[in-house]
Amino acid sequence: MLGRSANGIYWMARYLERAENTARLLDVGFRMALTRGAQAASEEWKSVLITIGQDVAYRQRFEDYAGPQVFNFILRGPDNPASVLGMLENARANARAVRTALTREAWETTNEAWMQLREMLARPVREGNLGEVIAVIRRQTTQVRGAMEGTMLRNEIFNFSRIGTFIERADNTARILDVKYYVLLPSLSWVGSSLDNAQWETVLRSVAGDRAYRWLNAGRLDPRGIAQFLVLDGRFPRSLVFSYDKLASNMAGLARQYGSETTAHELLRAARAKLQDASIERIIEGGLHEFITDFIAGTNKIDNAIAAEYRFIE
Amino acid sequence: MQSGNRAQYDEMHDPDGTVRPAYAGFCNWYDAQDRDWLKKQDVEAERFFRRTGITFNVYGDDAAEERLIPFDMIPRIITANEWRKLSRGIEQRVRALNAFLHDLYHRQEIVRAGRFPERLLRDNEAFLPQMAGFTPPGDVYTHVVGIDLVRTGPDEFMVLEDNARTPSGVSYMLENRETMMAMFPELFSRVPVRPVSDYPRRLARSLAACAPDCAGERPVVAVLTPGIFNSAYFEHAFLADQMGAELVEGSDLRVVDGRIAMRTTTGYQPIDVIYRRVDDDFLDPLSFNKDSVLGVAGIMDIYRAGRITIANAPGTGIADDKAIYSFMPEIVEFYTGEKPLLNNVPTWRCSEPESLKYVLDNLKDLVVKEVHGSGGYGMLIGPTSSKGEIARFEKKLRAKPENYIAQPTLALSTCPIFTKAGLAPRHVDLRPFVLVSPGGIDITPGGLTRVALKKGSLVVNSSQGGGTKDSWVLED
Repeated sequence: MLGRSANGIYWMARYLERAENTARLLDVGFRMALTRGAQAASEEWKSVLITIGQDVAYRQRFEDYAGPQVFNFILRGPDNPASVLGMLENARANARAVRTALTREAWETTNEAWMQLREMLARPVREGNLGEVIAVIRRQTTQVRGAMEGTMLRNEIFNFSRIGTFIERADNTARILDVKYYVLLPSLSWVGSSLDNAQWETVLRSVAGDRAYRWLNAGRLDPRGIAQFLVLDGRFPRSLVFSYDKLASNMAGLARQYGSETTAHELLRAARAKLQDASIERIIEGGLHEFITDFIAGTNKIDNAIAAEYRFIE
Repeated sequence: MQSGNRAQYDEMHDPDGTVRPAYAGFCNWYDAQDRDWLKKQDVEAERFFRRTGITFNVYGDDAAEERLIPFDMIPRIITANEWRKLSRGIEQRVRALNAFLHDLYHRQEIVRAGRFPERLLRDNEAFLPQMAGFTPPGDVYTHVVGIDLVRTGPDEFMVLEDNARTPSGVSYMLENRETMMAMFPELFSRVPVRPVSDYPRRLARSLAACAPDCAGERPVVAVLTPGIFNSAYFEHAFLADQMGAELVEGSDLRVVDGRIAMRTTTGYQPIDVIYRRVDDDFLDPLSFNKDSVLGVAGIMDIYRAGRITIANAPGTGIADDKAIYSFMPEIVEFYTGEKPLLNNVPTWRCSEPESLKYVLDNLKDLVVKEVHGSGGYGMLIGPTSSKGEIARFEKKLRAKPENYIAQPTLALSTCPIFTKAGLAPRHVDLRPFVLVSPGGIDITPGGLTRVALKKGSLVVNSSQGGGTKDSWVLED
């Protein structure tokens, strides 16, 4: 396949994954606003902005973290190129540019996702219908994933899309973890009031892991357990280990089809080994923030190597 | 032939309202359908097109908004007999076009024989000196041709225009049929319609048959598109997809070891046949427009070395130039030795003083077109223009008469469209698609019917509010 097409399908998958994860973060902010009052909500909105790397851009335009102002900026801000609408537009533009690499159903669901979001986000979103908008984003991106899963040949094209998905997911989960632990909570040893429990719960909710976690841990919440779950639990589909497992199997798919491995494979192998050897005790000992910073940089390196090795651009 | 003097020919109904035989099967079905259900289907069709992303960008539209070409669900129907005659005429014309192109770029016998004026080549940008003395692989110039036809009576089809460069619209022919079959499946079990869906396969086969000698057993075909902002991008992607060919852009290609190669995830891979949807001028910055980023630097050298097939060949535009159109009857006769089976629309060349005088005296009855214009822009439709518009146009015409040709406004045939108030006749044309390879000339039964959606309008161009219909050729 063309290097340009590989690049297109990779970014299409990344943008869809990013849109879905952003919707989940908004949902958490929304829930805080409904249940915890203005102060807690505004802190949550701020942390959402930091997590997705838009806090600086936001503060250049606004003074406070009023909910509707934040979520409209994130969802549809006309001067925010990284808005969810922008993500969907980018996903669709990439899909359109690699139209021949997609099945008809995969293209149509992507196109439909964009059409529906464009219509919903044509006007400012009110608090009253934020929940519905978030649900639509999740539903539409899930539908694209389903269409790809159900109709696409398991070849290089599919591998590149999955690689995009899991690079993005690994990066997103790492960021959520980092912001929640580092910005909101100064120390992992700081365990206390019920408010903190609510904070832990938002972390889990941000990655749709609250139920799974409770089920596995009989309802007991503690920061160590949550960190372990998000980083190392290979059963949880948004954990770092799971994302890297999937990354590895799709990279192996490429190596099989092309008959050889690349430097990206080597980097991934080394990074995975490190992750597999890690225990949550040692991670916390060395500093969770340091660990995550390292992880994000490593993921970035793998990403760059993939783009170079597979000739994404000239 | 002059407008107004004669009733226009309706393809569905004869003058006393009886349904013509071609439409009997369809009308039987149609009359039995619930109107409200049909109205619902009509809305449904639009949603279907939006979802599949069949859109086109209108030239000159600032917002570059993707627009939908309106689809009308009443099919345009041609009988087996009508089609047989038509396709003979089309084949003859396309054969002549290719012979003409070969001759223009070689000995120019037609000029030597005094049957075609040399001046039409001299200052014509569509004539490419880079092609002189070169024979493309298989001696094929126009691999894909669209012949625009209009109808004025039961047995009167005329050629309005030849499209010998990169005719577009074939994806609409295919999608219109898909849509009709999805909406009204039972209709196709009642009326025997010849299929069009194998066009992409035939195109792939036809292009592969034109591959250069250096190609392997299974020639590598790629579609070259200017990119996603081109108005016909959807079609480029659609055809590549249906053919199983790569859809490439100029930035994907370069010259590697004397071949044109595309950048794949595992390195550069040579291409044998390039179906380009990029104009001549942008094809090679080294040979043509040096600022072009849409083409491939050096492709003309590789081409002249016989190591890639470019479809259609560069320089074919000379054959569909409007100034040359008026010579088509002579051209057909010269190369086939036969009388043309398909007529031209009578045409006055304003470059000739006598014709110019006639045109100036009769502007209000004529259609005047720019020789190099396309898509219905820059033309005057006398009968529907105001005095002021005619006067303004006259000034332009007098200033540069050689830029214009004129034709009578024809009593174009009509075919009904579906409206909320019921069926209503509208003017239509037809663009059949023709494939040329050393193996022969292959015409897909049907083509693209364009329809002027405004009552009385003669302009069917999609860029100016025209729509399309599914076009049926009935089985014998």
